[in-house]
This record gives sequence, structure tokens and C-alpha cells, in this order.
Amino acid sequence: MKRALIAVALGTTGLVAQAGEVRVAVAANFAGPMARIGEAFTAATGHTLKVSVGATGKFYSQIVAGAPFEVLVAADDETPKRLIAEGHAVNGSRFTYAVGRLVLWSARPGFVDDQGAVLASAKFAHLAIANPKVAPYGRAALEVMAARGLREALQARLVTGESIAQAHQFALTGNAELGFVALSQVAIPDRPVTGSYWLVPPSLYGEIRQDAVLLKAGEKNDAAKALLDHLKSASAKSVIQAYGYGS
Amino acid sequence: MTDADWTAVRLTAELAGVTTLLLLAVGTPLAWWLARTRSPLKPLWAAVVAMPIVLPPTVLGFYLLLLMGPQGPVGQLTQALGLGRLPFSFGGLVVASVLYSMPFVVQPLQQAFEAVPERALEAAATLRAGPWDRFFTVALPLARPGFVTASVLGFAHTVGEFGVVLMIGGNIPGETRVMSVALYDHVEAAEFADAHRLAAGMVAFALVVLVTLYWVNRPVRHDDEAAR
Repeated sequence: MKRALIAVALGTTGLVAQAGEVRVAVAANFAGPMARIGEAFTAATGHTLKVSVGATGKFYSQIVAGAPFEVLVAADDETPKRLIAEGHAVNGSRFTYAVGRLVLWSARPGFVDDQGAVLASAKFAHLAIANPKVAPYGRAALEVMAARGLREALQARLVTGESIAQAHQFALTGNAELGFVALSQVAIPDRPVTGSYWLVPPSLYGEIRQDAVLLKAGEKNDAAKALLDHLKSASAKSVIQAYGYGS
Repeated sequence: MTDADWTAVRLTAELAGVTTLLLLAVGTPLAWWLARTRSPLKPLWAAVVAMPIVLPPTVLGFYLLLLMGPQGPVGQLTQALGLGRLPFSFGGLVVASVLYSMPFVVQPLQQAFEAVPERALEAAATLRAGPWDRFFTVALPLARPGFVTASVLGFAHTVGEFGVVLMIGGNIPGETRVMSVALYDHVEAAEFADAHRLAAGMVAFALVVLVTLYWVNRPVRHDDEAAR
């Protein structure tokens, strides 16, 4: 009913455009929820998405180099801020769509205890993290290790994925017994959690505020603006919460 | 260049050197067999050797990650042998590089061996040279340019490897972070000055390597004619 009203309202102002397309760069940890949100968005508006998934820092470099992304769904708030300050993103379009939760995860059931004590043990050879230079979850992982006083001790056992997706893949294939990944990657709605994990208390790392922003390339694209509006909608929020993000 | 970058350069040279030596050891008999065999399976083996040219390196990296992982057959074998697991180690990179650079060593060797005239080998045989003697004193010297090409391409191709090491390397400084990955990291982190230093170095390296290759293997037709 609401949707019909909106359609009528838009129709009368002549704004019901033909279906558009949005090129959106999505932080790797948000790939799963974005796919579901994208489906709902397309169903509601007819606009389609062209999604690229990767590390936020990589997207920054690509956007600065002229990549044709129209929306950035980042894994942090620093990158969108910086893009606005440097004139690559639209002022006032930035908002926090989710607060990230870090987990210590193993593909092996029962391997990770609910206090994360395994981190101090010698039971593993490799600990996968996202590259801290480009991925906020990687930085958060280092903070957790430092908070536990294990930063030096674990250094030699770290394997670094180029994004959190690769860190997850290292742990998923069992090549790394443990990995610091996003809760959204292991707690997928309607699916049983595989392996074992420790939900890291947010007090051990700086808050991962994940912001989205409209990029200059999408300034004139109504579909891009519609996508950002949709990310703020109740239906998107419920998906985001189902994946375990805070808000 | 930073110390970390120099470490990556040294590691890359080490990886490419070890890989090239291993490939010459494995590739020489393989290329000799491919050049001489009349087996109906020859096209199959030639195709297997040539696969890395056609496949994206990430395909190779993906399967190696599964095969060498704890559940993979290779991973279970190396664990049973007490070697541990190969991904995220220098040894793992060597194994991957040998597979990845195989065609760049075997194919020039095979072509060089195919160009060795049958009559030269027959002549040596009539002088009672045994098979090993014929191989080492007749075939090998005649195939020398093939060995130069194979060594240079094997080395250079391993230096340029990226997709495979990104998949199975884990980006560990001093162990698996090779030049191409270090460069990628700089680009991702928008450290363009550092990226330039590494990238320009690689461009210069490739140029020097190829000029040397063409110089060493340049046609020596005039000398041949004079000799006749």
C-alpha cells in the first residue's frame, strides 16, 4: 500500500524514471547482506546493481584513480570522510549503515572457546586477518591482540588476506586454523553457524562504524540516491541486524 | 625503497632462482621425452604442461589452496610425511611456482631438442657413443640456446607471478610476500611513491632480461657461413 502511494506520488511529479543501474563498491564484510538488500531494492524500484566486492582501502585507491563507482558501502567511516574532503564524494551524503562486529572464528567446531582463550594457546599455526593497512577489521584484529598482550607473540603466525573475504577464505579452507573475520560472514541468517567462534567484546577494539556515501560519479544518478535511501529503510535495517551488525 | 621492500625483492629472487633450478632438473628429461616420443599420449602431456599459459593463475592458486590444505590429498600427504602444510610457506610458493612456470621452461627446451638433427645423433651412435653420451655431448650443446631461453623465461615468469602467490601466500613478510604482492599492497594503501619504486624496478628488470636474452640468442648466421 505504502509502495503504491509512493509510486503514485512520484508518478504525479513525473519522477518515476525508467529502471536505472548503480555501480556500487561494497566492503567485503558486507557482501552477503548487500546481496539480500540488493534483491529487495531491485524488486521495489526496478533499479539494478552492479556490485564490486573488495577491501575498502583498495576502493579508495581505485576511486581516486577514477573508478566509475557511484556508491561506496565502506567498512569504516574514515574512507568516506576522506573521499568527501578530497572532493570524490558528495558532501552530506555520508551516513552510518552498520556497526561491525569482529569474531575470532575457526572452521573446526569446538576449537574456539567463548572467551577467546585459544588465542593464547599453541594449538594453531596460522591466524588469518584482513590486511590492517586497508581493512578496518584487520586493524581491529590487531587491537584485540594488543589488548590481550599477544601482539608480539602472534606476529609470526599471522597470515594476511587482501580483504576480510580472503582472510575468511584462508580460515574456511582450514589452511589457517583461526581467523579474525566479521560476524556477518559466519552468522548468516537462516543458516546454522559452522565451526566455532568467539564474539569479541567491542571494548577490546575501536568501534567499526561502517559508512556509506554517494560518490561524485553517482551524483546525477537517481538510482544511486535511491539505493542510499533504501539502505536506511526498515527492511534493509532488519537484514543488517539479522547479520549481527550493531546499529 | 624500504627495508620491507628489499626483503620482498630478495625473497622474489630466491623464489625465482630455486624454481628455475628445479624446473631445469625436472623439465629437461620431460622436454627430451616430449621431443622424441611417438607415444599416442604425447598431445595429452604437452597439453598438461601448457595449461598454466591458458589458465588464470587464480585458478591454479584456488586448487592448490584446496589440494594443499588440511583436507586436501596433498596436504594430508605432506602432513603424514611430517612436512606440515604448504600454503603460507616458502616451500608452498616453490611448488606453486614450479607448476606455474613449467611451460616457460619445458617448451623452449622441447623446441631446442626437436631441432637437434637426428643425423647428428645417428652419427654419434655409429661412433659407438651410448645414449647418455649422445645426450650430453651432442644434444645438450646443440640445444644450448633453448636452455638460455628456458632459464631466463622460467626465472622472469616466476618473478612476475601474482595471482597464485596472492591465493596461497598469505602475504607474510620475508616468507611469502614477493615483489608483486608488496607492490599490490602499496597500491591498495595508496602509497604510490613506494609502488612506483617497485614497479619501475620490475619494468627495468624485464627490459634487461629480455635484451640479454635476445643478445645471447641472436642469430650467428655470418659465423656459420664462414665456418662452412
